[in-house]
Amino acid sequence: MIKSIRFIFLGVILSAAGYGQTINQIKLKDLQKLLTTQSDRIQVINFWATWCAPCVKEIPLFEKLRSDNSNVDITLVSMDFDLDPDPAKVERFVTRKALKNKVVILAETDPNSWIDKIDKTWSGALPATLILNTQTGKRKLIQKELHEGDLEKLITELSN
Amino acid sequence: MKKLFVVLLALIAMAASPVKDGLDVGDTAIDFKLKNVDGKTVSLADYKDAKGYIVIFDCNTCPYSKAYNQRIMDLNTKYAAKGIPVIAINANDPAASSGDSFEEMVRIAKQKGYKFPYLVDETQEVAKAYGATNTPHVFVLSKDLKVTYIGAIDDNSRKADAVTKRYVEDAADALLQGKPAPTPKTKAIGCGIKWKSA
Repeated sequence: MIKSIRFIFLGVILSAAGYGQTINQIKLKDLQKLLTTQSDRIQVINFWATWCAPCVKEIPLFEKLRSDNSNVDITLVSMDFDLDPDPAKVERFVTRKALKNKVVILAETDPNSWIDKIDKTWSGALPATLILNTQTGKRKLIQKELHEGDLEKLITELSN
Repeated sequence: MKKLFVVLLALIAMAASPVKDGLDVGDTAIDFKLKNVDGKTVSLADYKDAKGYIVIFDCNTCPYSKAYNQRIMDLNTKYAAKGIPVIAINANDPAASSGDSFEEMVRIAKQKGYKFPYLVDETQEVAKAYGATNTPHVFVLSKDLKVTYIGAIDDNSRKADAVTKRYVEDAADALLQGKPAPTPKTKAIGCGIKWKSA
């Protein structure tokens, strides 16, 4: 009896956490690992923030890509930390939008010291999306809002 | 013969490849004629006694622009008196960002009490020529429009009192002493300029 109550309790907690996504705060070295670890899947890494309107607008494209194409790994990297180190806003956003893609928060200060280490051609402006094929070393950074069909085209380009 | 043709083709392709977008440190910037929030047209050449310029691509709506608003006003207070005025330019397409319409620019400039021009780059040609990407994005220019610094205002967007490196102040001080900027180029996270859709 007690065991089953406990079980129900656990269930309530889990469902209260929405899709149960834990949003990890990562450091630059974790991100760099993601960019360099060999994978046979195309890596799609989107840099976004809750305050960035065009970022929020394009997020459904990544959710759609996730359900359409199981051969890519998608990571949504929140850059909110720079202006607001409290993760609450990002967590609320992810729960409200019921995001299924993996979301992480890049918890680093002084962007000037690390923007080049993510991509030398990146200005630091959001949104930005990095698509890479770790096996061929080919990569593409898009520094503007994406539109329907853009991701699919870029992935095909990088797949060969 | 065929080989020659290939070489020739390669040469043509190289010549036809687009020139690098935007300015780099050491390049000479273009002057411009843009409409100010008071309705008058402003050019850098209007500042006959200027020793340099702090050109800032900024906007009304970006949270980074808001975070830096007071710091931009402070920069102008400190350096306009020394001959290096702030010139702010908003290049955001109001169709993509309604809060950046000319009327809203006028309202913000009035509300904040801007003592520097806040210009509208309607065609976005100045932003493109400079290679501005973010807001706020700073270009420090010498009197003869040589670029001495490109980048962020300082190293802490969130807290003005936690800043340790004042990139633009350092560049402006160096310019007054006839020296190169100690840190000529920086990058920052920021809002991308809202370009007109092609």
